[in-house]
Amino acid sequence: MTEKEIFEILKEKFGDSIIEFVEAQAGENYIKVSPLEIDKVCAFLFTDDRLLFDSLINFSGVDDANGEKKVNEDGSFDFIGGTLSVVYHIESLKHLHKLTLAVSVEKDKPDVVSVTDIWAHANWHEREAFDLLGINFLNHPDLRRILMPYDWEGGFPLRKDYKDPEFYRGMKVPY
Amino acid sequence: MIYEFLSNITGSEILGAIISAFLPLFLFILPFALIAVLLERKVSAHMQDRLGPMRVGYHGILQTVADILKLIQKEDITADANDKTLFNLAPILVFAGSYAVFAAIPFSSSYLGSNINLGLFFIIGISGIVVAGILMAGWASNNKYTLLGAMRSAAQLISYEIPTIMIVVTILMVTGTLNLKEITELQSGYFWNWLIFGGNVTGIAKYLLIPFMIVGFVIIYISTLAEVNRTPFDIPEAESELVSGYHTEYSGMKFAMFFLAEYANMFAVSAIVVLLFFGGYHSPFGYLGNTFGITWLIPIEQLLWFTFKGVGFVLVQMWLRWTLPRLRVDQLMAVCWKYLIPIAFVNLLIVGLITLL
Amino acid sequence: MVLKTEEMTLNMGPQHPSTHGVLRLELQLDGEFIVDVIPHIGYLHRCFEKHAEFMTYPQVVPYTDRMDYLASMYNEFGYAVAVEKLLGIEVPERVEFIRVIMGELQRIASHLVALGTYGADIGAVTPFLFCFRDREKILSLFEMASGARLLYNYIWVGGVSRDLPPDFLRLAKEFVDYFRPKIKELNDLLSFNKIFIERTANIGILPLDVAVNYGITGPMLRASGMKWDLRKDDPYSVYNKFDFDIPVGDGRMGTVGDSWDRYYVRIIEMEESLKIVEQALNQIPEGDVLSAIPKRIKPPVGQVYGRVENPRGELGYFIVSDGTVNPKRIKVRPPSFVNLAVIGELCKGHMIADVISVLGSIDIVLGEIDR
Repeated sequence: MTEKEIFEILKEKFGDSIIEFVEAQAGENYIKVSPLEIDKVCAFLFTDDRLLFDSLINFSGVDDANGEKKVNEDGSFDFIGGTLSVVYHIESLKHLHKLTLAVSVEKDKPDVVSVTDIWAHANWHEREAFDLLGINFLNHPDLRRILMPYDWEGGFPLRKDYKDPEFYRGMKVPY
Repeated sequence: MIYEFLSNITGSEILGAIISAFLPLFLFILPFALIAVLLERKVSAHMQDRLGPMRVGYHGILQTVADILKLIQKEDITADANDKTLFNLAPILVFAGSYAVFAAIPFSSSYLGSNINLGLFFIIGISGIVVAGILMAGWASNNKYTLLGAMRSAAQLISYEIPTIMIVVTILMVTGTLNLKEITELQSGYFWNWLIFGGNVTGIAKYLLIPFMIVGFVIIYISTLAEVNRTPFDIPEAESELVSGYHTEYSGMKFAMFFLAEYANMFAVSAIVVLLFFGGYHSPFGYLGNTFGITWLIPIEQLLWFTFKGVGFVLVQMWLRWTLPRLRVDQLMAVCWKYLIPIAFVNLLIVGLITLL
Repeated sequence: MVLKTEEMTLNMGPQHPSTHGVLRLELQLDGEFIVDVIPHIGYLHRCFEKHAEFMTYPQVVPYTDRMDYLASMYNEFGYAVAVEKLLGIEVPERVEFIRVIMGELQRIASHLVALGTYGADIGAVTPFLFCFRDREKILSLFEMASGARLLYNYIWVGGVSRDLPPDFLRLAKEFVDYFRPKIKELNDLLSFNKIFIERTANIGILPLDVAVNYGITGPMLRASGMKWDLRKDDPYSVYNKFDFDIPVGDGRMGTVGDSWDRYYVRIIEMEESLKIVEQALNQIPEGDVLSAIPKRIKPPVGQVYGRVENPRGELGYFIVSDGTVNPKRIKVRPPSFVNLAVIGELCKGHMIADVISVLGSIDIVLGEIDR
C-alpha cells in the first residue's frame, strides 16, 4: 500500500484536523500528526487489518531550529520559540509497507503522547529524545535520562542553541 | 620417616621437624608451581595457536620468576571495609590446607613426610580446611562478587567431597588399609598390579574389578577436578561472571598465596589419583636400580615416576581447562548429586560384592 | 524461627570482564536468580549526533567508523547508502561490488568477535583465540585496501576512497578457501559441545512477537524464527545479484529463539557471507571507483531514512537536510541499542551466569549504543 492510500484511510478515520500529508522536495514524504493524538493514530495503524504496522523501525527527535535567532554578545545564540519534531518510521512486516509519521511541538511546551505501550521499542528512543532534546513524553512509564548522567542539569545537548554548563559536580565542563 | 632421619642427623627433634616441614615446600611445591604456571601458559598458548610468553629468557622460561618478582613488589591492598583479621587469615588458611596434604603423600618409598595410618582420611579431612579459608576470603572481602564466589565454592567443594569419599571407601574395601604407603606397596610389581587393574587381587575377581575401578577412577578424577576449581568446574572463580570469585579483592603476595595453593592443589589431587589407582610411586616396568643392583637409585626413580604420573594428570587438567566451557552452578550440582553420587554408590555396592567373592 | 530474606542488588559493570564494554547492569537477585535487570548506558556517550551537525557530509564518515567499531565498514556503507538516497545519485557498479565484498568480510569479522567472545563468556577461551586468529586475516585484507585495521574511512559517499590493490582479489579468494574449514573447526570445538549446549539452549528465549514489538533486528530476530533480512527484503546496493540464503533459528537444541539459536544463526550467516564474497569476487567488473564522488555535497531540503543490514541488525541513518553543506540532524538507529533494550525480558528467572550468556548472545557494541 502506498503512503497516499494509507493517508486516505487515516483521513477517513481521523479527519483533517489531526493529520496532514506533507510532500517533500527531496527524500521521503511524511504524514504530520497532532502531538496529542499520535498514540491514537499509532494504535489504529498498529491494529487495523489493512495496515498492521507491527514494527517501529526508527524514532527520531529533531530540533527544527526555526525560531527567532537571537545572537548574544559572546557569539552564542538562542532560538526564541520554534518547534521540535518527532519522526516515526514504521513498517508492516506482514504487508511490507512503510510509512513516516511526524509530529511537531512548540519548544516551550514540548508534550507528545508516548507510543511505548504500542511498540515497546519506543521506550528507549523516547527516553533518548527526552534526554537529548527535552521532549516530554506523556504516559511514558519510565522517563529518565538515558545517555547523559541522571543528574545532568546542563540542558538538552542536541538542541541547536545548547550551551555547555560551566561545571558538572564541581568538574569543569568545557576543556 | 624423613623426620626421624633428619632428627638423627641434626640431633634435635625440633630442628628436624622444622626442616622436614619446609622440605616439600622448597623442594617440591615452589618449583612445581613455578614450572606449572609456565607450563599452563605454554600449553594453553600452543593449544590456541599462539606462542605464549617469549620475552623473559629462552622461550620465556623465566616468565614465572618475573611474575613472582612483580607480585612481591605489589602493594598489599586492604580496603577499609574489609574484615582485616579474616581477610589476612584466609590466604594462609587456604594455603595451609593444601600444603598439609603433602605431609601424608609418599613421594617415594623413602620419602614420606608422615607415615600416618589414616593417611587417606587425613588428606580428605585436612583439605576441608580450604573451604573455610575460601568462605572467610569471600566474606571478609565485603564484596558481593566474592561472597557469591565463596558460597558457590563452599557448596561445590562440600558436594564433590561425597563422590570422592565414596570412591575412597571403594578403594578401602579392596585394600583394607587407609595407610597410603601400604596402599602403594600393595600395587608394587608391574602395572597390572595397579588398582585400576584390580590391584593384587587374584583370580576372577581381578578381572571383574577392572571395569568398576575404571568407573571409580573417572568419578574421582571428575570430582577432584571440581575440588580444585578447574574448568569445567571453575564456577567459584568464573572469570566472566564473578570477575574472579573469592580472590577478587586480593593483591600482591596474598593473591600469590591463593595462586600457589591452587597449583599445589592441582598436584595434590593428581597425586591422590595416582596413589589410589596408578600405583603411586611404583614404576610400571620395574627399576633400573634393581637391574644394575644399585639400591640407592630406586627411591630416586620412584620420585621421578611419581612426579611424572602426577604431572601427567596435571597436564590433563590443563587440557580440559583450555578445551571445555564452564558449567552453570545448578548444572554443576546436578552433575554431582544426580550422576556422580548414584553411580559411585552402585559402584561401591558392586565392588563390595566382588571383594566378598 | 522465621528466616528473613531479602533481594540483593548486584551491580554488574561498568568495569566487568563480560559486559562487552562499559555497560552497567543493575541486577535484582533472589539468591542467584534474577528478579530484574536494569541496564544503565551512556558511559561512552561521545555526542556523535551533535558532532555530525557541525561537519560537512563527507566529514561525517570517519565518525560513523567509531560507532560500531567492530563493523566500521558497514557503518560507512550505511551512511553512504543513506546520503546517496538523499542526493539521488547512482554509483558505479565496481564500487557497489567493492562495498559488498568489504561489507560481507566485515560481517564475518564481526561475527567472529561475537562468537569468540561468546565462547569466552561461557568459559571456553580457546575458540575465542581461534576466532581472533581468523579475524586477523580479514583485518589484513582491510589494511591492504584502506590502510587501517579498525577504523577504515574507506567507503565514501559516491564511491570508495581508493581502488582495490592489485593482489586483493587473489588474497581474498585465498581467505575464502582458508576460512571454510575453520567454521567446521569452530563447530566441533564449541557449537556442538555438550556443556556449551547445556549452557545456552533454552536460555533467554525471545518469542517472535516480543522481538517484533521491541524492534529487534538482525541475527536476533532471525533466531526467533523470522526470515527477515534487509539484504533480501529491502535490497540495497547489488545484493539482489547474489544467491544466498537467510538462516533462521529452528530450535534444534532447545526452543526457537534461545541463546544457542542466536549463536548458530551467526555461524550459518558466516557461511552465507562467504558465498556472497566468493560470487562478488568472481563477478566484480572493472571501472573507475572515484568517478561518482560529488565535489561538494549540498543536498536539497528534505529528509531521508536509509537502512542497511549491519552484522548486528538494521542500521538506519535518518538524515534531515536544510540545504546547507552541514546536515541539520543525523539520527542513527543503532541495532545494538535496540537489541539491548529487551535484555530485561530475556533474563527474568534465570541465574547470574545466564545474564552473561544472554548478553553475549545479543552481541552488543557499546560504542554504538552510546554513540
